[in-house]
Amino acid sequence: MSSSSLTVQGLAKRYGDFVALAPTDLIVPEGEFLTLLGPSGSGKTTLLSLLAGLVQPDEGSVRIGAQDVTYSPPYERDIGVVFQNYALFPHMTIEENIAFPLKMRKVGAEEARKRAREALEMVHLPHVAGRYPKELSGGQQQRIALARCMVYRPSIILMDEPLGALDKKLREHMQLEIKRLHRETGTTVVYVTHDQEEAMTMSDRICLMNAGRIEQLGTPADLYFRPKSLFVADFLGESNILPADARGRVGDEVEVHLGGQKVPGRALANGHDLPRGSSVHVMVRPQNITVARAQEGVEGSGVQGRVSDVMVTGSLTKIYMEPLDGALPSLVAAFPTRNDGDAYRIDDVLSLSWSGRDAVVIAQGDTKPAAKPVAA
Amino acid sequence: MGAPLVFLLLAFLVYPVGQLLTLSVYNGQGFTLAPYQQLFKSALYVNVLWITMKISLATTLFAVVGAYPIAYLISVAKGPAKSRLIFWVLLAFWTSFLVRAFAWVVILGRNGVVNHLLLSLGIIDRPADLLYSFGAVLVGMVHAMLPLAVMTMLAVMENIDRTLPRAATTLGARPGTAFWTVYFPLSVPGVAAAAIMVFVSAIGFFIVPALLGGRRETMITQLIIDQVQQTLNWGLAGAISVLLLAVVLAVFLIYDRVFGFASLTGESAAAARNRDTAARRLGARVLALFGAASDALLALVPRRRRGGDGAAPRALVVFVWTLLVLVSLPAFLMIPLSFGKGGLTWPPSGFTTQWYEQMLQSPIWMQALWRSLVVAFGTGLLSMLIGVPTAFLMVRGQMRGKGAMLAFILSPIVVPRMIIAVGMFYVFAQLGLVGTVIGLVIGHTVVAVPYVVMTMMAVLRNYDTRLDLAAQSLGARPVAALRHVTFPILGAGMLSAFLFAFATSFDELTISLFSSGGLSATLPKQFWDEVTLQVSPVIAAVSTCLLIFIAALIYAADRLRRRSVAR
Ligand SMILES: Nc1ncnc2c1ncn2[C@@H]1O[C@H](COP(=O)(O)OP(=O)(O)OP(=O)(O)O)[C@@H](O)[C@H]1O
Ligand SMILES: [Mg+2]
Repeated sequence: MSSSSLTVQGLAKRYGDFVALAPTDLIVPEGEFLTLLGPSGSGKTTLLSLLAGLVQPDEGSVRIGAQDVTYSPPYERDIGVVFQNYALFPHMTIEENIAFPLKMRKVGAEEARKRAREALEMVHLPHVAGRYPKELSGGQQQRIALARCMVYRPSIILMDEPLGALDKKLREHMQLEIKRLHRETGTTVVYVTHDQEEAMTMSDRICLMNAGRIEQLGTPADLYFRPKSLFVADFLGESNILPADARGRVGDEVEVHLGGQKVPGRALANGHDLPRGSSVHVMVRPQNITVARAQEGVEGSGVQGRVSDVMVTGSLTKIYMEPLDGALPSLVAAFPTRNDGDAYRIDDVLSLSWSGRDAVVIAQGDTKPAAKPVAA
Repeated sequence: MGAPLVFLLLAFLVYPVGQLLTLSVYNGQGFTLAPYQQLFKSALYVNVLWITMKISLATTLFAVVGAYPIAYLISVAKGPAKSRLIFWVLLAFWTSFLVRAFAWVVILGRNGVVNHLLLSLGIIDRPADLLYSFGAVLVGMVHAMLPLAVMTMLAVMENIDRTLPRAATTLGARPGTAFWTVYFPLSVPGVAAAAIMVFVSAIGFFIVPALLGGRRETMITQLIIDQVQQTLNWGLAGAISVLLLAVVLAVFLIYDRVFGFASLTGESAAAARNRDTAARRLGARVLALFGAASDALLALVPRRRRGGDGAAPRALVVFVWTLLVLVSLPAFLMIPLSFGKGGLTWPPSGFTTQWYEQMLQSPIWMQALWRSLVVAFGTGLLSMLIGVPTAFLMVRGQMRGKGAMLAFILSPIVVPRMIIAVGMFYVFAQLGLVGTVIGLVIGHTVVAVPYVVMTMMAVLRNYDTRLDLAAQSLGARPVAALRHVTFPILGAGMLSAFLFAFATSFDELTISLFSSGGLSATLPKQFWDEVTLQVSPVIAAVSTCLLIFIAALIYAADRLRRRSVAR
């Protein structure tokens, strides 16, 4: 299996005065599945197009393996691109579509035919070879686009929201399919999506982008549990973000006072060296919160408040709470739904607590979240 | 809702044309084939038919080849660059055929621009005879038809997914190969649509061959005019019409078999029609060869390291603008000539406004202008009145045989204008409508209404019918919903449909040639009489006014369209 690493240095793209991509560094090791994630307009497609050579950069360089391809046209890069609308050629049959890249590489007709058939086997669609793209369903077209891209074993495959046009069920099925193909071929993949769940399930690493720059790059767990900024904490899944004061280091944790009433608590320092008294934020995920009745009195980090809403979302029950301390925002806790669903009611006074290992400090001055955390 | 239109076409298209065709086999006493014997016995007529085919085919070839790069550039251009390109094509499209053909008379004449240029460069030492030749007719015809070819092709090219050629390059295709094996095959329905529109228009055209051709470039429509106006041989006119109509219908049938009519209106091509055939494989191989050849050529050009992103190559942009300047230039030459003292001799000398004064003081020109405006306005109104309901019916209505209905509505475009005009003249003469405003309005509406229906159908297809339902759910009765919601939103589209009808009538010559007699001439008819009888510099002044009028109209229509889009 051929596969190459990808090295991007100081790559930037402007449209007039508008910075679509600020100077960016990125290294994708051989065989990795990297996802570019971010809100609309954050520059994902721009970065991908620069990698593909469909757009010319203003500065910086792109290397595939050891070769500098910054100004090489797409057809000299040995890449494969899967477009959002599939971009299958409507005037060619499925087999001709898949054989097209082989023909461009001067592979003999017989050999090309054989390999096209193999590629069709790989995506479980051997019976559609003679059809035209219009005669396939959306999911089938998607798989043909994948087959056309994999048939010539490019060293890097770039995909721009390849599942964007499919319905939820099919999307989940295709996610597994793409993962399987990635495992079988070992190709380096750069994948664009703005669906954070998709990014979490599929990627080795996620590159979260915001306003033309990389906000954080790391494994899904890194981004989910150890966000470097409020933006990251807020973008990936539901989160509680509480203002706090740092009170001092204890090992890899920091002691904090939450909100105006200075509820004591702990959180992972996440590499921050915080002087005593500095203002920070603490993030904790809803499912890591323990819910108890206030009068039972629980030790450790505990915020007391009044229930404003109870929602059963299926497998999870969510409780929204207005803290008694006015300086704290409303909080949300989640736990597996049990068969005593009405255990908590609106206006109950509860105490929410969590372990210091499940909370993390986000230093003040990091980027603001795009929107306020959701609460009821 | 479609009844008025059906009635109009039956009464003033089917009936007159039927009459004319009948005249070719019925001589007042009984059945006869004499006109056909006369037609095929004489070498003259067969010869004319042959020349007509030759000119039409050559025109089609050159117009399509010339239009392709222009349409391509427009389809890939963005923003203001695109608007600018479209403006110039539209200006050429709407500038009167008469003005453009007459401009070539001036350019190619003995004292014309080309001779002046060649003389002053010392290439020739006495004026060459450029006019009244096959070459002159071909130049005039191609020039007349090029904008039509661009507009027709563009409808298809705009619908080609632009990621496809890009996808091809990521799969390893070089630019030339990507173009020839991916983009070009997808644009072929557009090329075919343009070819058929140009061919059918060219075969029924008489302005250019009459003004720029000599005896040997006589086209078949000119024969019809002769039969009707001079020899009054209606039988022969009918027989020639039958022949012309047969050729046109045959071409359309072949087209429908190969491409389907849908691609004429820019709908997505039925590419999946042709299965694996030898012809298809051969085509693919030839295109691959073209691709390899153009890649080899492109490899000779040094590559720009930091080119624009997928922007059209500089050479293409320059080439297309050169073409567009050449297309626009002839009409613009009228401007300096209209202010020159020397009449229509190039180069213009001195400065005078006397030709404009003559024009303004001439009751004939002023009456013609007034009459044209009245007729065009009436045509616009009548076309809208019967065209808009029909468009609603075609888009919203549930009925069988929509395809047949559409073909019927479009038939005034398909049937050569000359045949319609002669047939109408015959019927109008019986009804006493010749030379009346009413007659002209009816005649022009017959040929303008298909454009109104097509424009309105496109507008209605883009209109979200849920808005009507929303209005009705809010308590508006259907008529109130139409008045308060539908029409305000459709306003710009309706205006452009009206303008289309207006401009069609304002520039119409063929019907007016017969049906607006003597003192009741329209502007194009007056123009025609002037250029065929006595060539006077006043024509340059009139041409300039027409040019400015059209430019202003296009500009206004574009502004309106943008305002409605911005909403
Ligand atoms: N050709 C262009 N000209 C001007 N601006 C552009 C161009 N292409 C992209 N941009 C701008 O660059 C920014 C980044 O665009 P990009 O397509 O990379 O976003 P994205 O992250 O892919 O968004 P989405 O999730 O909506 O696809 C956007 O604000 C966009 O408007
Ligand atoms: Mg994008």
